[in-house]
Amino acid sequence: MLDSADFSARLREIIDAHLGLEGPLLPILHAVQAEWGHIPEPAIPQIANALNLGRAEVHGVVTFYHDFRHAPAGQTVIKVCAAEACQAQGGRDLVAATLKAFGLKDYGTTADGRVTVEPIYCLGLCACGPAALVGDRLLGRATAKSLQEAAQ
Amino acid sequence: MKVYVPRDASARALGADAVAQAVIREAEKSGLPVELVRNGSRGMTWLEPLVEIETQSGRTAFGPMTPEDVPALLFKDITKHPKAIGPVEDLPWFARQTRLTFARVGLIDPLSMTDYEANGGLQGLRNALGMTGEELIDTLKLSGLRGRGGAGFPTGIKWDTVRLAQAPQKYIVCNADEGDSGTFADRMLMEGDPFTLIEGMAIAGVTVGATRGYVYIRSEYPDAIEVMSEAIRVARLNGLLGPSLLGTGPAFDMEVRVGAGAYVCGEETSLLNSLEGKRGTVRAKPPLPAIQGLFGKPTVVNNVISLATVPWILANGHEAYKDFGLGRSRGTIPLQIAGNVKHGGLFETAFGMSLGEIVNDIGGGTFSGRPVKAVQVGGPLGAYFPASKFATPFGYEEFDGQGGLIGHAGVVVFDDSVDMLQQARFALEFCAVESCGKCTPCRLGAVRGVETVDRIAAGDASAMPLLIDLCDTMRDGSLCALGGFTPYPVMSALTHFPDDFATVKEAAE
Repeated sequence: MLDSADFSARLREIIDAHLGLEGPLLPILHAVQAEWGHIPEPAIPQIANALNLGRAEVHGVVTFYHDFRHAPAGQTVIKVCAAEACQAQGGRDLVAATLKAFGLKDYGTTADGRVTVEPIYCLGLCACGPAALVGDRLLGRATAKSLQEAAQ
Repeated sequence: MKVYVPRDASARALGADAVAQAVIREAEKSGLPVELVRNGSRGMTWLEPLVEIETQSGRTAFGPMTPEDVPALLFKDITKHPKAIGPVEDLPWFARQTRLTFARVGLIDPLSMTDYEANGGLQGLRNALGMTGEELIDTLKLSGLRGRGGAGFPTGIKWDTVRLAQAPQKYIVCNADEGDSGTFADRMLMEGDPFTLIEGMAIAGVTVGATRGYVYIRSEYPDAIEVMSEAIRVARLNGLLGPSLLGTGPAFDMEVRVGAGAYVCGEETSLLNSLEGKRGTVRAKPPLPAIQGLFGKPTVVNNVISLATVPWILANGHEAYKDFGLGRSRGTIPLQIAGNVKHGGLFETAFGMSLGEIVNDIGGGTFSGRPVKAVQVGGPLGAYFPASKFATPFGYEEFDGQGGLIGHAGVVVFDDSVDMLQQARFALEFCAVESCGKCTPCRLGAVRGVETVDRIAAGDASAMPLLIDLCDTMRDGSLCALGGFTPYPVMSALTHFPDDFATVKEAAE
């Protein structure tokens, strides 16, 4: 599916829309991820070609940044802040309770693919921690219950 | 009636959107003419969502608001509203501040150029357009403004280096990769008064002869990205950006670039690599970015707050700014009081307030009501301060002298339930996750450091000197502050809270 002509044509559109920028690689990768939910492997040689870069260089950039996914995430992504200001407000317990609530042993995606729980290092909500991002919804003074409700 | 409901991310995280919807719903139901403004936050996070109403008798506040509190706000005697707290300017927490950089944040509609100009906006740029490069540099140097990202380098000297460099293209880069836990001043400013940052970058462009700017915002700040992008569009329509600044000045334009979740990109040379579309690895200095920065061209790289403070200095003069402060830390600093604290939020004040006053007096002690045990100042790379160091005045040199740093002025409070060994472990764990990999002491040292702390936790006393030695190596052998400063939280935890490193060991023995 992803290596079809449709994929290639759509990717070409995305790349072309960014070629006028200085340093277009990150904006292209963000746009690719917005389109397909991850950076599909077949996108890498085509991006490399268009920007006159080596595949390894593009691969290196994709793998450097935490945001870029190699496979799509679950339907709902829950990012729980794991940084100090939230730790001071019980962030470690919130991470543990959230994982437990979704039956996860560690960060990752539930077996049914509905929820992905990940750490995030600071949402800038440090005066109302612990904080989390559920989909595109920010939560301050979050609890495992409020996270579950927001994920519904 | 004008109703202000913040669109600041912290207000939204506490339910501001539902309150705003309730205002619209109730107004429509009753046919009451209500103008809803989504402003920035006034900075008192514990009162968010903080709603303000503007009537003939002035502007008065209510908070923290819920949707259920809205009907009484619109239809009843508001002086009797259970959440009424009076005018924001009269609240002691607000009245004690010196709001220069944040003067308009929360006050105005962030995307209204009319509001911006009516409250002193554009005056700095207008003044700058009538000055020579030398005059602008002198003003900045005399103001004493230093980099608010944390390094504290004099802004005037940095700009002068770029100004004097010869190149066909120069750049202004704003570092809005505010990754330090406990800091949110950049976010609040971009969400609450984005034109100030644009004006500051335009002034930088005029001063050094740069025509292009980038603001690199971390992806964890979707609201800031949205507001800044829209503000740039509005600024272009109003001549604050474009081929001729305000119709008379030189060309300057800018765009938003979004980070991708790498903490190390807050380091200026990593950020430049990231902007160029590369892995965000650190570059060795020299060459300084001021000489060879973005795409090898002379580049001003400044933090959001540094750039956003420049318009105030140009509008009000360097003397007025320099009059605030302590020692070599001149002007004001937007403190971000966070973590386990009763009254958290953004508090802009002149340098010089003691840490104890910030935590106990302004912050009101802990949220949990338990005693304060430690305060981490300056983000994940800042030292943990015990209460015995609370007399330390807030200033660059003053904190350095106490084995710490002010960084981006985040103050994170912990109560007595915190285990400092775990905090030291986390500092190393975070460094291991976020290391760009360029310097071996950082890349490997952080991983070994976590293992060494675990040995200490398991009762192996012989691991203690190893950890200290490792911290020395990381500090001396890393190019940037990630590897170089991770020893601050580790060593301060070890030095000031030895009991947390000893109890487990003694129990094991």
